[in-house]
Amino acid sequence: MLWLALHFRHLPLEVFTRGTRDPQPLAITSGAETGATIVAANRPAQTRGVSAGMNVSAACALASGLHTIARDTAKEHATLARIAAWSLQFTSLVSIAESGGLLLEIEGSLKLFGGLNKLHQHIARGIAELGFNAHIACAPTPLAALWFARAGVAVRVQHQDALRHALEKLPADLVCDTINTRNLLDSFGARTLGDCLKLPRDGLARRAGQRLLDQLDRALGMHPDPRLPFVAPQTYAATLPLPAPVAHADALLFAARRLLAELCGWLSATGHGVQCPRFEFIHEKQLVTVITLELASASRDLDHLTTLLRERLARTELPCAAVEIAIASGRVTPLASRNLAFLPDSASHEESSSRFVERLNARLGANTICGLTPHADYRPERAWRACRPGAPANVNENAIASPATVPPFTRPLWLLSTPRPLRETGAAPQEPDGNPLSLLAGPERIEAGWWDGQHVARDYFVARNKAQSLLWVYRERDITARWYVHGFFS
Amino acid sequence: MNTSQSFVRALTSPTHPNLWRGNDFALVTTPSVPTGYAELDVHLPGAGWPTGVLTEIHVERPGIGELQLVMPAVARLTQADRWQVMIAPPYLPYAPALAAHGVKLSRLMLIRPKTLTEQLWACEQALQSESCGAVMLWLDQTSERIPENALRRLQLTAERRDVLAMLFRASRASSCTQAALRLHVSRQENNTVVRILKRRGGGIPAPVALDLHKTLLRRPGAARRETFEQNPATVAPVFVTH
Repeated sequence: MLWLALHFRHLPLEVFTRGTRDPQPLAITSGAETGATIVAANRPAQTRGVSAGMNVSAACALASGLHTIARDTAKEHATLARIAAWSLQFTSLVSIAESGGLLLEIEGSLKLFGGLNKLHQHIARGIAELGFNAHIACAPTPLAALWFARAGVAVRVQHQDALRHALEKLPADLVCDTINTRNLLDSFGARTLGDCLKLPRDGLARRAGQRLLDQLDRALGMHPDPRLPFVAPQTYAATLPLPAPVAHADALLFAARRLLAELCGWLSATGHGVQCPRFEFIHEKQLVTVITLELASASRDLDHLTTLLRERLARTELPCAAVEIAIASGRVTPLASRNLAFLPDSASHEESSSRFVERLNARLGANTICGLTPHADYRPERAWRACRPGAPANVNENAIASPATVPPFTRPLWLLSTPRPLRETGAAPQEPDGNPLSLLAGPERIEAGWWDGQHVARDYFVARNKAQSLLWVYRERDITARWYVHGFFS
Repeated sequence: MNTSQSFVRALTSPTHPNLWRGNDFALVTTPSVPTGYAELDVHLPGAGWPTGVLTEIHVERPGIGELQLVMPAVARLTQADRWQVMIAPPYLPYAPALAAHGVKLSRLMLIRPKTLTEQLWACEQALQSESCGAVMLWLDQTSERIPENALRRLQLTAERRDVLAMLFRASRASSCTQAALRLHVSRQENNTVVRILKRRGGGIPAPVALDLHKTLLRRPGAARRETFEQNPATVAPVFVTH
C-alpha cells in the first residue's frame, strides 16, 4: 500500500481567504472573547508583524486596519470533508485523519494516472485550484505519510526498506500527544524519531506509555493501522465566506470557481453530471441573488460551467456587494466518462452542439434564441411556432407542408409578423408611396379559424411592386376589402 | 527546345492553379457548397459558396431574395445535422416555406440579439462552434456603427473551420471589407440579378440573372394574370379554397 498524505497547515485561514485574489491583512483569532490570541495570520498581516500566539489587542495595535475573524472549526471540518469528497476522484480510499489531514491510498491509482509523479502533480494542481496550500508526502504507512506531511518534508518514500531511514530524521514532537511526553523526551535528549527508536523499548514504554511505542510501530508498519474510509455525500452543497464584501463580477467568479472546482471533483468521484447547479450570492442586509444555470445536458466540465456562470453574472445586476457564496448541486444525473476519440465523432459533436446553445442562452437570455417548427394551421401567421432550438419536430409537421395541400414554393420565405396595410384605389392595391402593385398570381383563398374566434378570410396574391420586388399580398374578404402585405418572396 | 516550350505552355495554361493572368479568373480550389444555381456556380471560385471564408451579400433592400439565393445550400447543409444559425434576420423566416425548400427545421436556430455587440458575439460563437454548418448574419439592422476590426475578426474566425459564413448588408455599406467573396443582389424585371464584386482568383464577370420564382409564377392561377390585372375583383378565385 502507498499512502499520500495532505496536511493543510493554513486551513483555519484558508477557509476564509481562498475566495479572494488579493487579500487584505487578516488574522484568525482563537475566539471572540477578550484575551483571545491570534491563531493564524495571512501574509499581508505577517509582514506588519502579526504572528500566531500574539494577543489580539497587541496585533491590532501593530497593524492598523487588521481584520480579525474568530476561528470556525465547524467550517474547517466541513471544508476538509469536501476536499475529501473531491479527492475521491483519485482513489476509492480516502480517510480524514484526526489531526486535520487527508490520507489517500494511491497504490491502485498509479497506473491509471501515469505514475506517482504525474498523480502527485495532478493532486497538487487540483489542491491549488481549490485555493489551498498543502504539504504532500508519500509513505507506505498512513501514519508515516501523515508525519512527513505535518513536518513539511515533501518526501516520496515508496518502499518499506527506505522508510525507517527517512523517519529517523523527523523531529520527535510528532509522536508526542501531550506536553508531558514532550518534556520527558526532551529530558532524555531525544530530539528526533531516530533518537526515540534507539531507546530501550521496555523502559520507554514504562516511562512514556505504551501508546508512544504503538505509534512508532504503526509508522514503521510493524503494527496494523486501519483507517476509516470516507464516504462521499449524496448531494453537494457548500458555502464560501468572503473575507471582505465583493462587488466585482470578476472577483465573485474567482471565488465561485473555487467551489465549482470542488463540485466538479465530487461529480467525477461519484460519476455524475450536474444539470441545474444553483448559486446563491448572499449580500449584506440579508439580500440574496440566486442564479440557476440550466444545462441542456449533464456536465462536469469546470471550464464550461465557469464560462456559463461568467456570462450569467455579466447579465445579472447585483443589489450590493456579496459577503458569501453558496452553491448547491441541484439534480444530478449519472454521467459516465467516455473515451476520447482521435477524430471528431458523433458524441463530441452532440456535446459541442448543446454547449453552443448553453453558451448563447447564458449570455443572451433564453428568449433571444429559438427554433422554428411548422404547425398544422391554414392561417399563415399560425402555421409556425417558435420552439426550443433542436426540439424534435412536431408530429403534425407534414400535415400542412405536404405537397398535397399546399404546392411547394407558394409561400414566401419572409413573413411580416404583422401584416402591413396598403393603400388602395378601386380594386388595385397601392404601395404607401402611391405606386400601384401588379398582381401576378392568385388568388389563393385562405378561410379558416372560425372555430377559435380568430377567423380569417383572405384572398392571397403574388404581387410585384415598382422596384420589381415580389410581395405576398392579401385582400380581406369582408366589407372593407382592405389590402395588406404579408410577406416577401424577393 | 521542344520540352521547354511545352513547359512554358503548361505554365501559362489558364488552368494552372498557381498562375494568375491579369484578366483571367484563375482556378482557385476552395472548399465550397454548391449554390444550387448552375449559372452562378460557374462564376464562383470552387463552384459554390466558399466555406471557411466570409461571404458578404449586399442587398438593395432587406428581403429582396437573398434568403432564396442561399436556401438550396442551406437546405443541403441542414441534412448534415449541423446548426444553421440566422442572426438578426430582418423579418420572420417562414417555417412552412423553409420546410418546402427542404430545410430540416429542427436544425435551424434563430438568434435575435438586441445590440450589435451581441450580434457579433453570437456570430463569432457560432463560427467557432463545431456544431454549426452555416451562419447567416444580417447587419445594418441597428443604427450602431460596425467596428472596423469586427469583420476582420469574424473573417479570421471563419478561416479556422469549414463553415458557411454569410453576411447580409445594405448595398450602401462600405466597399472595402475583409470578405473573400462579395456579391450584390438586386431585382430587374422578373429576375434577381447577382453581381460579383469581389472574388478569389480575380476578374469580375458579367452580372448573373437568376429567375428564382419560376415555379411560383408558373402556377395555374398565374396563367390568368392578365385578367386579374384588369379587374381582380370580378374574378372568382379558382385556386385552393380551404
